[in-house]
Amino acid sequence: MADVLVFAEHQAGHFPKTTLVAVNAGIELAKKRGGGKCVAVIAGENLDGPAAELAKYGMSKVVALEDPKLAHYLADLYAQAITALAKSLGAEYVLATATAMGKDLMPRVAARLNAPMASEIVSIGDDGTLVRPMYAGNALATVEMDGPIKVVSVRATAFDSAKPGDSAAPVEKAKPELDPAGLKMQFVSFNETKSDRPQLTEARIVVSGGRGLKSGENFKTVLEPLVDEMGAAMGASRAAVDAGFVPNDLQVGQTGKVVAPELYVAVGISGAIQHLAGMKDSKTIVAINKDEEAPIFNVADYGLVADLFKVVPEMVEALKKVKHS
Amino acid sequence: MKILASVKRVPDPATTIRILPDGSGIATDNVKWVINPFDEIAIEEALRIKEKQGGADVALMSIGQQTWQEQLRTGLAMGADRAILVRADQPLDSLAIARVMAKIVADEKPDLVIIGKQAIDDDSNQVGQMLAEMLGWPQATFASKVDIAGTKCTVVREVDGGLETIAFDLPAVITTDLRLNEPRYASLPGIMKARKKELKEIPVDSLGIDLTPKLKIKTLAAPPKRQAGRKVGSVEELVSVLHSEAKVI
Repeated sequence: MADVLVFAEHQAGHFPKTTLVAVNAGIELAKKRGGGKCVAVIAGENLDGPAAELAKYGMSKVVALEDPKLAHYLADLYAQAITALAKSLGAEYVLATATAMGKDLMPRVAARLNAPMASEIVSIGDDGTLVRPMYAGNALATVEMDGPIKVVSVRATAFDSAKPGDSAAPVEKAKPELDPAGLKMQFVSFNETKSDRPQLTEARIVVSGGRGLKSGENFKTVLEPLVDEMGAAMGASRAAVDAGFVPNDLQVGQTGKVVAPELYVAVGISGAIQHLAGMKDSKTIVAINKDEEAPIFNVADYGLVADLFKVVPEMVEALKKVKHS
Repeated sequence: MKILASVKRVPDPATTIRILPDGSGIATDNVKWVINPFDEIAIEEALRIKEKQGGADVALMSIGQQTWQEQLRTGLAMGADRAILVRADQPLDSLAIARVMAKIVADEKPDLVIIGKQAIDDDSNQVGQMLAEMLGWPQATFASKVDIAGTKCTVVREVDGGLETIAFDLPAVITTDLRLNEPRYASLPGIMKARKKELKEIPVDSLGIDLTPKLKIKTLAAPPKRQAGRKVGSVEELVSVLHSEAKVI
């Protein structure tokens, strides 16, 4: 019977979908490993409200590690705190979503626990084996881990979010166990890409632009009207980010963000393997590209071979009509 | 200043991956092998730091088979000073790799270890972080900018929602992201010089580390294929099918 400790990332007390996915995966893993407990841990300051909110999502217990020192996330700091808690709980698994924070933190936790780690799992077998993507998602590997404790990160698009219920799990407040001599990192600043649009990892519709847009200005004048008409999040190919058209956090792909929205519209994107790795699990895929040989058409449910500068504005108008009909 | 950059040999990113019928691995008969693109960025960054500082010892290390010499020579041709090949023929998991690297670091005593954030074949994104913890060093993952002034290091990291800046004293582990730099090509003089640079081989068993894998790959399978789609002839048709057929708008 295995207990699972889920690291619940929060953004100023708010839990993004990616965290609720981790909770759900943690509950599923505990169930499949003999019906153990799933404990969620949040770290930071002023956690009363967030802990109470998190407690509704079906885990056995919430531990709130509260300390002003935890106000800003730092890898060595959080690795110490989470590892100490995992040990004191006797957890067999430590789990988090493979967000930028999860990817930065969890391997450090694994090494601190002398534990193996399976990154970005997409499914949990009934026998507890885990499946994870390799080779830019072109292979799915079934993996097994040995040892008293194991670390797992989950791909956010592969699991549903936990749903809130009527009962609330007990919340336990605790002080983090920290060794100041081991803390060597300093938070300096966070330059947030400000946007009123939905987050890429949470949106129902994602509209992405590629090198075909030719400039950052075109992203604004041609693509953004379509993004906003659809109430979508905006994404981009690596080529567009490398060229400086848009900020790095919009990159969809093997080494950027992996998304799986209801609808993914790829505009002026050729469809390199590495881009497909980040969006090929989307429910419906639309591609607009003037090159009919573009590989993106191999994964698109609907493909429109046309000049995006002509058809994207047309699409904005057509959508306005649908809305008002 | 001493910098250690790690190099993994991987299939060229453009390779069409074919999984063996028994699921034991991928077919390698037509694979072109290259330096992991993120490790190339790591080598480039090490060289830029060396140039900025007016000198530094840039060592490369790989953990792998004899054939990996090819990638180390390419790195030397780019401008690295020397290379270490830890000869290992068995598959190693990230923990074992990090342990081997920690041992080399203990011997070499670099001020900075810089490695790719992930290998594009395995996609685990673990080794740099594990190594930093084993060494008790700061880590700066997904680096898009690195500034070193004396022993003080400031790194801008690509994270969800924007760019984060952290600072720490060396020694430290940095893992590279795509936009940290654009790697140089090895020049012909570089390739010639590389032949004479030191490439030391160390058998992994001589390091006295338990390499038993704790993470094992049982089998590989192809992901489910998407059903083929179709082309539409106009914007009107597209909007219509999205509304009535796909029901997404």
